[in-house]
Amino acid sequence: MNQDFDVIVVGGGHAGCEAAAVAARMGVRVALVSFTRDGIGAMSCNPAIGGLGKGHLVREVDAFDGLIGRAADEAAIHYRMLNLSKGAAVQGPRVQADRTLYRRAIHRMLDELDGLSIVEGEVSSLILSGYRVDGIVMADGTKLMAQAVILATGTFLNGKLFRGEESVAGGRTGEAASLSLGEQIRGAGLPIARLKTGTPPRIDGRTVNWAELPEQPSDGEDWTMSPVTKSRTVPQVFCAVSRTNKQTHDIIRESLDRSPLFSGAIDAQGPRYCPSIEDKIHRFADRDSHQVFLEPEGLDTHLVYPNGISTSLPPDVQEAFVRTMSGLEQAEIVVPGYAVEYDHIDPRALDRSLKVRDLEGLYCAGQINGTTGYEEAAAQGLIAGIGAACVVQGKAALELDRSTSYMAVMIDDLVLQGVTEPYRMLTARAEYRLRLRADNATTRLSPVARELGCLGPERTAWFVNRSRERAEILRILEKDYGSEDLASAGLEVRRDGTRQSLFAWLRFPDVALDLLSQIEPDLSVSCSRLQAEIEEDARYAPYLERQEAELRDLRANEQITLDPAMDYGAIAGLSNEMVERLKAARPDTLAAASRVRGVTPAALAAILVHTRRKNARKAA
Amino acid sequence: MSAEDTIFALSSGQPPAAIAVLRVSGDRARDVLCNLTGSVPDERRASLVQVRDPDSDDLLDMALALWFPGPHTATGEDLAELHCHGGRAVVRAIESVLSKQTGLRKAEPGEFTRRAFANGRMDLAEAEGLSDLLFAETEIQRRSAMQMAGGSLSRQVEEWQKMLLALSAQVEAELDFSDEDDVVPAQLEKIRQSTGTLATTIGDILKRPRTEKLREGIRVVLGGPPNSGKSTLLNALVDREAAIVSDIAGTTRDVIEVPVALGGIPFLFVDTAGLRDEAGEEIEQIGIERAHKQFDQADVILWLGEEGQGPDSMALIELAARKDHPEHRKKSSGVLALSPITGEGMNDLVDLLIEKAADLLPADQQLSVNERQAGHLAAVHDHVSDIGTESDFLIIAENLRLARQELDALTGRASTEHMLDSLFGNFCIGK
Repeated sequence: MNQDFDVIVVGGGHAGCEAAAVAARMGVRVALVSFTRDGIGAMSCNPAIGGLGKGHLVREVDAFDGLIGRAADEAAIHYRMLNLSKGAAVQGPRVQADRTLYRRAIHRMLDELDGLSIVEGEVSSLILSGYRVDGIVMADGTKLMAQAVILATGTFLNGKLFRGEESVAGGRTGEAASLSLGEQIRGAGLPIARLKTGTPPRIDGRTVNWAELPEQPSDGEDWTMSPVTKSRTVPQVFCAVSRTNKQTHDIIRESLDRSPLFSGAIDAQGPRYCPSIEDKIHRFADRDSHQVFLEPEGLDTHLVYPNGISTSLPPDVQEAFVRTMSGLEQAEIVVPGYAVEYDHIDPRALDRSLKVRDLEGLYCAGQINGTTGYEEAAAQGLIAGIGAACVVQGKAALELDRSTSYMAVMIDDLVLQGVTEPYRMLTARAEYRLRLRADNATTRLSPVARELGCLGPERTAWFVNRSRERAEILRILEKDYGSEDLASAGLEVRRDGTRQSLFAWLRFPDVALDLLSQIEPDLSVSCSRLQAEIEEDARYAPYLERQEAELRDLRANEQITLDPAMDYGAIAGLSNEMVERLKAARPDTLAAASRVRGVTPAALAAILVHTRRKNARKAA
Repeated sequence: MSAEDTIFALSSGQPPAAIAVLRVSGDRARDVLCNLTGSVPDERRASLVQVRDPDSDDLLDMALALWFPGPHTATGEDLAELHCHGGRAVVRAIESVLSKQTGLRKAEPGEFTRRAFANGRMDLAEAEGLSDLLFAETEIQRRSAMQMAGGSLSRQVEEWQKMLLALSAQVEAELDFSDEDDVVPAQLEKIRQSTGTLATTIGDILKRPRTEKLREGIRVVLGGPPNSGKSTLLNALVDREAAIVSDIAGTTRDVIEVPVALGGIPFLFVDTAGLRDEAGEEIEQIGIERAHKQFDQADVILWLGEEGQGPDSMALIELAARKDHPEHRKKSSGVLALSPITGEGMNDLVDLLIEKAADLLPADQQLSVNERQAGHLAAVHDHVSDIGTESDFLIIAENLRLARQELDALTGRASTEHMLDSLFGNFCIGK
């Protein structure tokens, strides 16, 4: 029997789950297809969620009422705010999540959504008619029809596992790879490339000598990944830190010829920022020690994830080098580490909703687009899910730009630059990072999320309340006060006769929002998060003002649209390299072209002149 | 006027000259060459051709023709050159035939350079240098323009870019990877030291005279009451060198400006003529105000009046300029006494002016910038100076980003990706 849906999501990882969930929240009929129901919501690698840049993405997805933040809170056994000593814009919330609890939370949230069906089985092919996708065919021959198909297949496309000298087809260890679908996508003329990633061996925590290792306790604060989570509920555990040493490095160095990375079996590019231990030792030979975080995988499992020693060396070498480290002398490896080489689509073939430009109805999200990380995947799933649902519902597409979200930074980077290594979010990628804080994601994004219908009823109520309180506080903060008024109220400011708004006064380090209630009794803040957000807004306000002119220029250049079919080869003055990159990226505006790597202002001028000439010719 | 016209111009100096070079740039260049010479020579090879008027078939000249197909040409477009004999009549005749060709028009001043820039053949700083080079009329102007067109500013900026990129990489590593012990902590003191040095270097460049000074010349204002010998002195300076470059009309009718090159250095002599001819108190007042305005803008004031009566200015040089005159009054010892009539002391004055000019013009081989570039550099200076008192890495990173962006605006290039490249090249990052 053939079933009909509006949107079909293939893959139940972080991208697939967010895509299916947001489409369902928006009110379209969704099928979430996974090899097994059990595999949905699995964390296949690191048990951590969040981090620098990544924590921002989690909060942004959460601002659309996404799953990842709330599920992380339900599963969090360890909280840590990274960069706590630095400005709020680069602070990154990060948790260790219990795998079982996380998956349970995701399953519960998906079950609560009306209009979302879970379909178990393997997808064997896409149903294509001309340049559009009409649905999928399952391995048992069942056809599922829909207006949009979102591929969120992770590393499952032509995945190949490597461990020492052996290699097998597969996405995650113990699971099958999507071979036939991969062949079809290759056949459809989509630009495909290969990347690799790796994972460390999993260790039995009962064989770790914890007493010998420095502990890293969970943060004492009470912050949570999602602001709607009321409090932390799961018991907290500590992580520990061990280190590699000369002996570890010697063993690894002697066995390099047995690593598929060095024997030539893998030639795909891995991430520079998350290199395997053999890569680190080879490339940074001068370092004699690397930190290894021992992260418990959950409350009811003994598995420990040794963060920092991703490897594809043979199991005997893995065991030997692990046991050189302090605290791990007796360690038993439960699952050896391995490397995965997999296909990804060159994301420059996608538009900003992550739809394949040349195929109607086909979207790609997550690792399939050359990214790495749960958070990056979740954010793409959200964007693709919204894109597909908007088309189904005839709504205008979601428009985000680099000055309003990390998600937009990532999408813009992907569709313009493509990837040469697995793409990971970094705060350094966001040039307007001062305005893109993890703590103001709700304020930045929930309004547009609400407009599009992405917020569930509970979130909407919470958001409306919060917005009202925020507006009221900001209104009071507009009032002008002199330095005398503040000083008399016991605030530490110089009595120099300055008179300015309370918001401007907030910029001073010794002026806090709750202290101002001594002057303005109506000023009350029910939530410490809102208070912190407003204080940070005030603190960085002068720097944001300085960016305004730059943003105006940027937006002016975004008004200059470029012909997607522009023949860059015909423009004099562009190097072959630039022509190639521009052809692949097909920038939609002059601003986008300016961000394509290697495009100089002189080249931009040439593109602009060429465009004007063509328009003049057309007009003539 | 449209940018897609094919343009032509006499690219060499004003005839008569031994050779005149006529340049044609644009889509029609090939056809034009074919129409006038009957053929298109091999690419980038000089061939001897007959230049004829296609309408009358009259032979205009025997010339060398060159054909450069775009885009790898000076302008980035198809380009043709005719090297013909440099007589006025020949040049005029060929120009007239060219202007009759369809789709062809005479180039606007600087249009070849504009096209070269628009077609990505040079960056902005190089384009500015080239434009100065084309304007250069004195040796020192030429050398300075050569430096710019050759990219010496661009190279310097590139060095600064590299340095700022390296600093950004350190700060970004601190912001994005500090939880991973493989990153060496960014050292605030070292960063401040580097940005401090850069601020000083740029500050020094900003203190130097702008390159516009090279084009406009050292502004020498002659001051003194009516009949103190200003005009005589001016005429003597001008006649002596007979090097009037062109006659620029005074900004007001009351001021005479005469450009003169002395020892290869451009000067602009300004005679505050208004003071002399006006009568009546009210007008006199206006004249004095104008004179003072001139004094304010002067690089050098030659004061011919009563000693000590001149405007209070560092630029002032007392002169006793009428040594030959019966009313000549000596000034203190050390004050140059001269006579424009007899020529006595004139060489000393010229030497003195050249010596002064050395302090006022960008020194040879020294990097100097124009007003536009100075604007960007001043912004860079502000951003890197701010780092000196900042300890929030987030704000340091923002200041570095803004500084890099201003340098980008100067010449081009660099992006977040460059910074990441630099970051990853220098650090072992990751867990």
